[in-house]
Amino acid sequence: MPNISRYIPIVGQGVIDELHFLGEKLEGRKIQNINSTAVGGGVAEILTRMIPLLRQIDVDAHWDVIRGNEKFFTITKKFHNALHGVDTEISSDEYEYFLEVNRQNAQDISAWGDVVFVHDPQPVALVEMKQRIKNKWAWRCHIDFTHPQSDIMNFLRSYIEQYDSAVFSAPAFSRHLRTPQILITPSIDPLSDKNKDLSAKKIDSELEKLGLDRSRPIVTQISRFDYLKDPMGVIKVYKSVKRYVDCQLVLAGGGATDDPEGMQVLQEVKGASVDDPDIHVFFLPPASDITINALQRASSVILQKSLKEGFGLTVAEALWKGKPVIASAVGGIPLQIAHKYSGILTYSLEGTAYYLKQLLQDPGYASKLSANGREHIKNNFLITRHIRDYLLLFLSLYYRGDVIDL
Amino acid sequence: MIEPFYFKTRFHLVKLLPVKAKNPTELLKGIKNVPVSSIYYHTHRFLRQHHYLSPEPPNDFAFWLTNILNLRELGELFAGIDTVSYRKMESLRAAFIKILEDYLRVHGSNVECAEAYKFHFMSCITFVLPTTYVATNPGEFIEILRKVSIDSLYFHIFEAKMRLERDENDFSAWFKGMGRMKTSREITRLDPYTITLEGLRKKIIDIVSRNAEH
Repeated sequence: MPNISRYIPIVGQGVIDELHFLGEKLEGRKIQNINSTAVGGGVAEILTRMIPLLRQIDVDAHWDVIRGNEKFFTITKKFHNALHGVDTEISSDEYEYFLEVNRQNAQDISAWGDVVFVHDPQPVALVEMKQRIKNKWAWRCHIDFTHPQSDIMNFLRSYIEQYDSAVFSAPAFSRHLRTPQILITPSIDPLSDKNKDLSAKKIDSELEKLGLDRSRPIVTQISRFDYLKDPMGVIKVYKSVKRYVDCQLVLAGGGATDDPEGMQVLQEVKGASVDDPDIHVFFLPPASDITINALQRASSVILQKSLKEGFGLTVAEALWKGKPVIASAVGGIPLQIAHKYSGILTYSLEGTAYYLKQLLQDPGYASKLSANGREHIKNNFLITRHIRDYLLLFLSLYYRGDVIDL
Repeated sequence: MIEPFYFKTRFHLVKLLPVKAKNPTELLKGIKNVPVSSIYYHTHRFLRQHHYLSPEPPNDFAFWLTNILNLRELGELFAGIDTVSYRKMESLRAAFIKILEDYLRVHGSNVECAEAYKFHFMSCITFVLPTTYVATNPGEFIEILRKVSIDSLYFHIFEAKMRLERDENDFSAWFKGMGRMKTSREITRLDPYTITLEGLRKKIIDIVSRNAEH
């Protein structure tokens, strides 16, 4: 994990000084994070990077993990699906078992933090301890809450409303709750392999391995092979633009080899590209972050033509690399792109093709969009902003009113 | 004795409100009922987010009406509102209400957006922080203004006047207190809503430098 001072050349000394200042304001307060897994998954990844950084700014941050057996996690997987709007039957026995495991964990872990910061639904019922301990509790929802099934929502609401604050990643995820709701968007880490600067030599060598022609424009979509990412639509867009601009298309992403649908999508995409040597389809193994980084940096335009999207941080990754992005106005993407200011938002294949042609043929306009886009990401979607929002959240638990003089 | 100018800065923590709109009628209802901090947030958010290279989109309401509902005339009325001339956020809210009520009387609410494109009302908690910068004369003020974050500039120009409802922005007030009325007037006369924050920083430095010579 990098030292926090390594972010200074990226965000400036002032931003890091401000984090130290906010960290000092939390002096004497223990921040106890609780989630359900120490490794694997986005939440563990964020906490792994964030806890050491919080400690470097003198925040007494800790991380505990609840324990559960296969039965518990099968139930919470059902919760996950139901929260995503999938029709899922959850029995009263399953709700009861979920609570039993939470209560057992409450005894094992204990909520000793001044602020207990609970992540996602698995440990949500630990808040039952609040009545006894009288400390501050915040619940962080990392998942898409746009269309939750009503039964699961009603069950969770009775626990969420016991928290002092509930945190969501996008405005569309907000619900009717008595608890104050806070918006904290996810972030990218500019020092991770996926986003760090690469030398021209490194980019060249990565692209050479992939057999791409650097003399012609490259249009890229990085995503899993999934119908919801609409790779077939991207090929149609490319084909309609290719008649006017000699460009190449890259569709690259990973996926689980045991995901039958993913393999089917990959085969369809390969089938649709077989007659055009300028369409490059790369099924990347895990740990391909440097390759993805190089592909994004070598591209003229990045597409993210998803039909549905959680937050869509691939957009932030591309904008951070100073690339013009054309993306669908779904999920968290409109938070990352203001149409015609920091990128292009589209609603159709035709619109995507129109703007792709325009950006490929007018690099001046494209570079203005991408310069704005990079600044927007720098100000709003880097891990340092994410840390600052968490510090403000913790502080907000100790104050009333809309203006707080620190 | 001149009071030193203590530069401050500010951060926002965004609050999600359970209020959404899919058409102008619901937008009107929302604007009438949300806390005033929400009106502040939606009329000043873009100023913080796009302050470098492009001209500013005016406010969230105008952006949504124009780009989502495709109500260009109504969007233009929202964009064209002279924010700088309002001293209180409640007056600005009243102006938006009047525009919408006048529009609905003539046109009705005949346009709706899909679920995914609804307007989500938000508001913010403002945290005010001290900085280490203190100016005791115009020369020091210029030097500091060159290097403070745009958040600090934003705080003293927008937040002080519209959020804390002071009579004027902090810079104008300080120069007035020093008896430098011309500098104060010229800073007051700027319309900070139609230039980028970096452009605003340059203009203020230019005004103070020019008048410091006299």
